[in-house]
Amino acid sequence: MTNPTKVTRSPWMGLIRPTTNADREYRLALALMAPALLAILGVAFFPILRTMWISLHTRVLNEPGLGQPFVGLQNYVDLVVGSDGRLLASLANTLKFTVSSVSLELVLGLLIALLIHREFTGRGLVRASVLVPWAIPTAISSLMWRFIFDDRLGLLNDILARIGLIDGYQAWLGNPKTAMAAIVATDVWKTTPFMALLLLAGLQVIPWDLYEAARVDGAGAWTSFWRITLPLLKPAMLVALVFRTLDAFRAFDIVFVMTGGGPANSTETITVYGYKTLMRYLDFGHGSAIAVIIFLCVLSISFLYIKLLGANLSKEV
Amino acid sequence: MRNTSARIRWFLFYVAVVLFVVFVLFPFFWQIRTSIMPPEQINKMPPDWLPSRWHFGYYVRVFTERPFLTFLKNSLIVASTTTLVNVTIGAFSAYALARLRFPFKNLVLSLVLAVSMFPVIAIVSPLFLFMKNLKLLNTYTGLVLPYTTFALPLCIWILTAFFREIPKELEESGKVDGATPMQTFTKIILPLAAPGLFTSAILVFISAWNEFLLSLTFNTADNMRTVPVGIALFSGEFEFPWGEIAAASVIVTVPLIIMVLAFQKRIIAGLTSGAVKG
Repeated sequence: MTNPTKVTRSPWMGLIRPTTNADREYRLALALMAPALLAILGVAFFPILRTMWISLHTRVLNEPGLGQPFVGLQNYVDLVVGSDGRLLASLANTLKFTVSSVSLELVLGLLIALLIHREFTGRGLVRASVLVPWAIPTAISSLMWRFIFDDRLGLLNDILARIGLIDGYQAWLGNPKTAMAAIVATDVWKTTPFMALLLLAGLQVIPWDLYEAARVDGAGAWTSFWRITLPLLKPAMLVALVFRTLDAFRAFDIVFVMTGGGPANSTETITVYGYKTLMRYLDFGHGSAIAVIIFLCVLSISFLYIKLLGANLSKEV
Repeated sequence: MRNTSARIRWFLFYVAVVLFVVFVLFPFFWQIRTSIMPPEQINKMPPDWLPSRWHFGYYVRVFTERPFLTFLKNSLIVASTTTLVNVTIGAFSAYALARLRFPFKNLVLSLVLAVSMFPVIAIVSPLFLFMKNLKLLNTYTGLVLPYTTFALPLCIWILTAFFREIPKELEESGKVDGATPMQTFTKIILPLAAPGLFTSAILVFISAWNEFLLSLTFNTADNMRTVPVGIALFSGEFEFPWGEIAAASVIVTVPLIIMVLAFQKRIIAGLTSGAVKG
C-alpha cells in the first residue's frame, strides 16, 4: 500500500525545508488543521492526562490546609473499598440504565423505522415529528416528564387512576423501585426517534430488487426480514448502537434534572456521582479518580464496538 | 376478500402511526396546556386536562420575575459563537482531510473520532481549575472553548464527506487559471460546500444550545447561566413553579421545532451521513 520510496523520507523533513509539491501540500494541510488540532489536543487530550495526574493526589478545594500530597492509587482504593460501595452502586445503576434504555430504543427504533419506511400520505409529517424530541434540550424534556410523573399533579397518575390500574397516586420518581424505570422511559421517548432515523437511513440503502427476488423465490415477509433486512442493516445498527451506548453511559442531564440521583442514590449514575464529588464536595482527588474510571469504561466500550464493527466490515470486503 | 384484508392492514398501519405521533407529541401538548393554566387550576388534583380560560401570566412572570431574557441572551451568544468558530476551523480541517495528501492522516482521523467518544466529565476537573486560574469561569469564552472542541468531530465528519463529493476537476480548473490553493478553497470549494456548512452549523448550534454539564459547572453566576441550566434551576419557595417552567420551555421549544421542521432534510442528512457511510 505504501510507496517504498516515500518511506525513506522523514515526514518532518518536508516541514523544515519544503522542496517538493508534496511538502508544500503537507505544510498547507498542517496549517489548515492547526486550529482544530490545537483545540482537540489542548481541550480534550491534555486535560485527560491532567485528570489522571490529579487523581493521584489529595486535593480538596475547600480544605487547602490538606495540601496536595501525592497519594498514588489511594483515591481509587478508597472508591472501591470505601465510599460505602457508592462507586460500585453507581456503576451498577449506569449499567442498568444503559442496557435497558439502549435495548428498548433499538427494538422500538427498528419497529418505527420499518413502519415509516414506505410511502404513505403524511410521511413527511411523521418524520418531522420524529426529530422534535431529539432537538429539544434534554434538561427541558426531563422537566416535562418530571411533571408528568409528578406524584400529585402528574398526568400519569391521573391516567392510570382513571383506567383503574392504580388505587392511589404513586410517587414514581420518589420510589427507589420505580425511579429508574421512569428515567429509562423518558430517555426512550427522547432518543428512540434518533435511533429510528439512523436505522431508516440504513433501510433506505437496501436495494428493493433483493426483496423482489426473495418474493419471487416464495419467501414471506418474515423470512425477508430475517434473511435480508436484518443482516444488511447490521452495520447501521452497530453504528447507532455505539453512539447510543456511549451516550447512555455518560448520562447526566436526565438524572440530574429528574431525580438528582435519588431517592437514596438509587438512580445515581457514575457521571452524576463524579459531578457531585467534584462540584458539591469539591473533592478533586476522588472526583478525578471517578472521571478516570468513566474514561476507561468508555474506552473499553469503544474498543469492544470497534472490534465488532471491524469484524463486520472486513467480512463484507 | 383480498381487498378487505388490505384495507384492514392499512387501517392498522395508520392506527400505529397515529399512536406513535401522539406518543411523541403529547408531552408538548401537556407542556403548552400547563403554561396557560390559570394559577387556581394548576394545582388541582386530579389535574384538569384543559384550562378553563387563557392565562398568560407565566409567560410574563418568566421575563419579569426571573432572568430568563438573560439566559436566552447567554445561550444565543454562546451557541452562535461556537457555531461560527467551529464551522470555520472545522471546514479548514475537513478540506485538508478530504483533498490534500499528507502523512499521519489516519492518526488525525482517529484523534477526531476519539474526541467524539470522550466523556465530558473526564475533563471537568482540570478544565475547571484552568478556567479558575485564567478567570474564565462565568464567561462566554469558558463555554465556547470546550463546546467548539467537542462539536468538532461532528462538523469535520460531515464536511469531509461533503468536500470529497465535489468534483476534483473544478479545483484543477482553478489551478490552471492560476489560483492559489487558498483562492481555490474560498472561491470554488466553499460556495459548493454551502449546504454541508449549513447542515453542520445547525447541528453544532443545537448541540451547543442544549449542553448542560459544562454550563452547570463553569457558569454558576445567575446572570451567566444558559437556558437549559437556568430553567432546570428554577425553583419556588413553596412549590415547584411548574407554570413558569412550562412557559419557559415552550418559549425555547417553539423556535427549535420551527427550525427542525424548516431544515429537517438537512438535519436528517447530517445525522445519518456517518451511519450509512461509516
